[in-house]
Parts: sequence; C-alpha cells; structure tokens
Amino acid sequence: MNEKDYQNIPAEKFRLANRTDRHDQKFDTKAVGYFGDAWNRFKKNKSSVVAACVILILVLYSIIGPYCCNASYKAAYATDNVIMRYQYLLPKVKALDGTGIWDGTQVLSVSENRYFRLLGQQEETGNRVIVDVIEKYTQDDIFRGKQTFYKVRVDSYGSCNAFEVTLTDSQYRDLQNWQDENNVQVILPRTNVEIIGGDKNVWYTCDRKGNPVFDSQGKFIASYATTGEDGYTSRMRLASDPYNKGDRENAYRYAQRTGTAGTGYNYVVRVNAYNYFQYRYGFEPSFLFGTDTHGYDIFSRLASGARFSFLLAILVSVVNLSIGAVYGAIEGYYGGAVDMVMERISDILSGIPFMVVTVLFNLHLSGKVGTIPALIYAFILTGWIGMASRVRMQFYRFKNQEYVLAARTLGANDWSIMFKHIFPNSLGTIITGSVLVIPGVIFEETSLTYLGIINLDSPVMSSVGSMLANGQSIMTAYPHIMLFPALFIALLEISFNLFGNGLRDAFNPSLRGTED
Amino acid sequence: MYLFKYVLKRIGLMLMTFFIITTICFVLVKMLPSLPAEQFGKDMALIMQRRELLGYNLPIMQQYARFWKYALVGNFGISEVLYIGQDVWKVFVQKLPYTVAVNVYSILLSIPLGIGLGIFAALKKNTWIDHFISTSVMVVVSVPSFIYAFLVQYILYFKLGWASATMNTSMGAFSWIGFKSMIPAVLSMSFGTIAGFARYTRAELIEVLTSEFMLLARTKGLTKAQATIRHAMRNAMVPIFPMILGEFISIMSGSLIIEQMFSIPGVGKLYVSSIQASPPDYNFFMLLSSFYTLIGLAAGIVIDISYSIIDPRIRMGAK
Repeated sequence: MNEKDYQNIPAEKFRLANRTDRHDQKFDTKAVGYFGDAWNRFKKNKSSVVAACVILILVLYSIIGPYCCNASYKAAYATDNVIMRYQYLLPKVKALDGTGIWDGTQVLSVSENRYFRLLGQQEETGNRVIVDVIEKYTQDDIFRGKQTFYKVRVDSYGSCNAFEVTLTDSQYRDLQNWQDENNVQVILPRTNVEIIGGDKNVWYTCDRKGNPVFDSQGKFIASYATTGEDGYTSRMRLASDPYNKGDRENAYRYAQRTGTAGTGYNYVVRVNAYNYFQYRYGFEPSFLFGTDTHGYDIFSRLASGARFSFLLAILVSVVNLSIGAVYGAIEGYYGGAVDMVMERISDILSGIPFMVVTVLFNLHLSGKVGTIPALIYAFILTGWIGMASRVRMQFYRFKNQEYVLAARTLGANDWSIMFKHIFPNSLGTIITGSVLVIPGVIFEETSLTYLGIINLDSPVMSSVGSMLANGQSIMTAYPHIMLFPALFIALLEISFNLFGNGLRDAFNPSLRGTED
Repeated sequence: MYLFKYVLKRIGLMLMTFFIITTICFVLVKMLPSLPAEQFGKDMALIMQRRELLGYNLPIMQQYARFWKYALVGNFGISEVLYIGQDVWKVFVQKLPYTVAVNVYSILLSIPLGIGLGIFAALKKNTWIDHFISTSVMVVVSVPSFIYAFLVQYILYFKLGWASATMNTSMGAFSWIGFKSMIPAVLSMSFGTIAGFARYTRAELIEVLTSEFMLLARTKGLTKAQATIRHAMRNAMVPIFPMILGEFISIMSGSLIIEQMFSIPGVGKLYVSSIQASPPDYNFFMLLSSFYTLIGLAAGIVIDISYSIIDPRIRMGAK
C-alpha cells in the first residue's frame, strides 16, 4: 500500500482542469432585482406615474395648505364672530381680476330693489360691487304684475354687506387712527333708515318696500343721522358730508355712543365690510377657494381636512398591515384547525356592518378617548381582515415549495421560515394591498363625516366630508363650497386607484417582460 | 349530495356567525347611556314605568333572551324614540319598498349597460374605443357615489330643471311620480355599478377570448359572433353571474348616503337616525342590524353556491 499523505497537499500541486475552455460567460448586463424589476415595469405604465405625481401634489398640498391661511384670520375662527360676515366669498385669484373667471365675481339675476341696493352700496363705499350690467328684462308675476330684473355680474368681495360692530373706546380710537394712516374710509355714517331684515347698506331715502326715492337728477337722496354724540375725530369723511363745508351742526354722525363716562363709552359703528376686513386682519380679502358658510377659508381648511384624512389612512393602513400580516401568516402557515378557528373569528368580525362598528365605537369610546381615536379603533377592528386573507393566500401558495423545505431541512424554525423566507415573497401583494387600503379608508371617513355620524368639524380642524355637508344645502347658490372638496376627493380616489393598479401590475411577476 | 352538504354546512356556520354578531350588537348598544334627556313636556315617571314594563331594567343577558323569545315569533317590539309606540316591524315594512325601488331601478339600468359596455370594450380590445371605455370606467369606478349625487342634483335639478331635487313620496314607492322623482337618485347610484360591471366583464371576456377553445371554435367553422356568444360569453359569465346575484340580494340594504341626499324614506335613513337618536332607538337598531348582517351573510353564501351551480367544475370549500 502506497501510504500517501492526503491531509496536507501543498497548494502548488493542484492544477485547474480544462483551464482553456470555460463555458461560463460573464454577464454583460446587470442583474435586475425584485424591486428594480417592479420599478422598471411601474415606470412604463404612464397613467400610474401621472397618478403618483398627482398624489404627491395632493400630499404636498395637505402638508403646506393649512399654513397658507393668514394667521390672524385663522386665529379669529374660534373667537371672532365678525368672521361670519365674510361667508360665501367666491374663489378669487388676484391675477385673473377682471377676466370673469375665478375672480370672485358671479352673474346674478336680481330684482330691481336688490339692484338699487347694490348700486347704492357701490356709490357709498366706493367698492367695486357691480362689475357689469349684462341685461335688464321684465318678467310677469301673477301677484305683482310686471317686474323688472337685472342680470348683473357682482363682485362678491365688494358686495359684502356693511354691518354694525360695537367697539370699546380704545378700539374705536384705534380704528380711526388706522383710517387716517391708510387713507381708507372704514367707518360709515349712521343712517336714519330702518329696513326690515336689518340691511345696513341702505343709506338713502326709500319707500316702505325699500325702493329708493330719487331726486330730480335721478340720484340717491342721502339720509344720514345728524344728531347725537359720536366722538368722531378722524379726518376721513364722506364727500357729501356737510362737515366738509364747515357745517358742524349738520355733520354726519359716525357712531352711536352708549354707556356712561364712568364705565367707559361703547360705540356702535357701521363699517364698510371690505375695508374693515383689511383693518381687522391686515390683508386685502382674497381667497383662492373662497369661504364657506362660517366664513372660514376653504383652501386652508380643505388642506387640514386632507391632512387628517391622509394621516388617518396611513396610520390605519400601517396598523392593519401589521396585524393582518401576522394573523394571515399564522393562518396560512399552520393551516388546518388553527386556520379554521381563526377564519371563523375574522368571519364574525367582517360580518358586523361597518356602520354599526363605527357608531358603537363612537358612542362608547369618544367620551373616554376622543372622537379620532374611537374612529381609528373602528377602522382597525375590521380593517385588517382583507390584508390577513391576502397574506394567507400567499402563504398557502408558498409554504409547500421546495425552498421552504430546504430551509426547514437546514434547521430554520417556524418563525424564521414565516418571516424570513415566505413573507418577502408576498411583499408585493402586501404593498399593493396597503396602498389600495388608503383610498378606501378616506372614502369611508368622508362618508361618515358627510353623514354626520362622526363629527370632526370645529374651528380648528375639519374633514372633507363635513365640508361637503356644509355646502350641500346652498349648493345651488354657492357651488364653490362643495366643488373643491368634491374635486379633491374625486382626484384623490382616481389617482390612488390608478397608482394601486400600477403597483399591482408592477409587482406581478407573471407580467414580467410581457410588455416588451 | 356534495352541494347539499356544503350548503347545510354554510348555513349552519352562517347562523352561528349571525347569532354572535347580533349578541355583540345587542350587548354593545345596551351598554350605551340610555336615559332620555329630561325636557319640558316629558313625563319621566311614565317613561321609567314603560321601561320597567319593557324590561329595560333587567340584566342585559336576560333582556337578550327576551329579545330572541319575541323576535323569533316576529315581534321586534315597539319604537321608543323615533316613532313612539309604533311596531318597529311595521314601520320597517313600510320603508322597505322605497329602498327596494331605488335599487331595482338602478340595477335594471346598470347591469345591461355595464355588461354591454364591457363586452363592447373587450371585442374592440386595444382600439381607441376600448381605451376610451376603460379609462372612463377607471375614473368612474374610483369616484365616490355622493360626488355623482351632487353632480346629478346640480345639473339635472338646478341647471336644467328636468328632475326634482328630492323624492316625491306622496304616491308611494312604485308609482309613476315616485319613479320620476327617483331618477336623480337612480342615476347617481348607477354610475359606479355600470363601471364596475363594465370593468369586470371586459377583464373576464378578454381572458376567455384569448383561450385555446376559442381558437378551436373558430377553426371548426363558427363565425366570430357565434363563437363569442356561444362559447366566450358563457364562460365569461361564470364569475359575473354571482356578482349580479349579489347585487340583487343587496337591493334591500340600499345606500345610506344616497337615501340621505335625496330624502328617500328608506331603511338606510331609518338606520342612521335610529343610532343617532338620543337615547338610541334599541328596537329599530336591533331589527336593522340583524337585517343588514343577515343580508351580508346570505349574499356571501348565495354567491359561493352559485359558483358551483353555474360551473360544476368549481367545488367550493373542497380540499
């Protein structure tokens, strides 16, 4: 026997077999991984890419939008009832002023009476109220005979009614100083006219029905108060004021003084709404999306509603993803009796109508933890079931494959097989699923708040659904209140669905290479 | 025999699920603060006496046993808040026709249209017609139905003046006036359903049209129309038909939002107001919760069973 030492063969004794003809060629191209492949396929789907961009814009809007409202105006939501006076302002872009589109004007058919009021308002305040008279026409009325109507384009900002505010002595001084500094007439003289309904715009002599009485030249006859103490020291006065001609006796009175010197005077002041706004909030009124029934700025409010929707949806989606993934993984991996029992549990949960869940959670929990956490619990209670069944299907598909057997043979335990070996394979389905959950959650949330089952409307926050409900009753007169929230939710749902479908196709390995 | 067993098993499971869900609902709703707010003109002593007699002061589980004892013979109790003193079952039966009417009209409009569009798009696959239909279907399917409701209300009622804004209930649910005033509601409900059916039909039919037996059908001499109607349509209907069935079953459940918007006095509206009332109207709540749950569960079973009936190769629940 030739005893040879096989244990320690020196390296130089080895030599490669077939050194010359190795068949393996180096790859010219780089290998494409799972996610890289999905990304390549996603990029080709143009509509999904556009949808993703739209989603990005909407998300950015919801992040930045809430801060786009003037801070002093926003601060006034909760405390200031003057805000109510600026309700129903139409959307306005300053750059489009005078074009008739998106410039805060609207075409109205108004009765003669209302037409003269607008005209009077224009004359008194100097604001632009009637932009354009389109036509004058008559209509027969069974009860009142021939009636004249005007079709006019009215500036909603200029036609904000004048109104009365009660100011303390110092506030009154401050307002007067501001007037003098800025050369703007904010305070209007008190009128002698009392109109039913309290329209403070009527400053001219009129008959019982409120139709103006004209003088011989067809002009309004002013009817301002000329008696009483007003404490008015500002140099801003109306042009027609006798004071300008030196007649102090018959000068117009600009306020009504109440209270006594001992307790401090209060002044009831009639103010020009447009200019008072500038004084009060420090900027010229112009709202990109207009204002709603409360006078809140729709642009920033919609953005804060959108932000809430996004946060809620993402939170719910993440929580549902975690619960659903673990639940589905256990169901799918163990199967048999475990699967049977767990399926029954999710069956029962999914059988409870969602409306019942929400309402009961809201009634039971909102007192203890607040409305929003109650809403989140309601979404989570049944929301994970869809995800769980999706993961379960994936586990049934993969658990009997050879690589799992190999992993088990190598001694991997159940947990690591489940989450290290099988779970990554179902990642595509899970990502797609959780993206598609988001529009669903937002839709449900919008429906609930729209129906008023969940009420999130408050001066500091809002939700898309309550904004829709807010505008519904006045949809015919002011469609813009509803238009923007509706547009937002429609755009969001469309783009999320397109995006989700694009993701689904991108993660679907069976579509690999089919498009080329 | 296999099917019979399967059906029995499913029904058994359904009843069990149903029982558990109603129990949960009952317990939860009874745990709510239940005292009516004191106000002028309300005789609290009388209310308390009535509640005592109705058994509202018993332990919850006893009340629950009582609920089933009467419910099984069709007595769901009287309304306490919304329709004081009236039998909830009778009120419910009065409201049901409105919900059913809106849904029936909507289905009659949307299923033929939806399937028709889907078939058309599938036959014209990858032409501009198909792209147009698919894109608009995608858009329509995503937009929530209440957006359509706003649009329909704004355009049909306000801009054109063709339809009324809300439902006219003076002549009952199935009258001509009722139908006319329901058109906006029916339209706004239909958009989504049409789009859903169109999308599904197109996807199914395209898959069937590319399968090999279609090639065989053409090879043996059938015209394209013959092959499509006799072979492709039948196979494509396998998953679509259960969808139609499901749609018909959920006729009764209706749409809460549409009913609210168009003032249709249906069960959806009743349901919402029964929970929002303070205190909640227990008997309405229980009746309607059971009703909705039952419909949801029944729809699931019927859909599953119909699969096996249409296509005997499918054996639901098999190993």
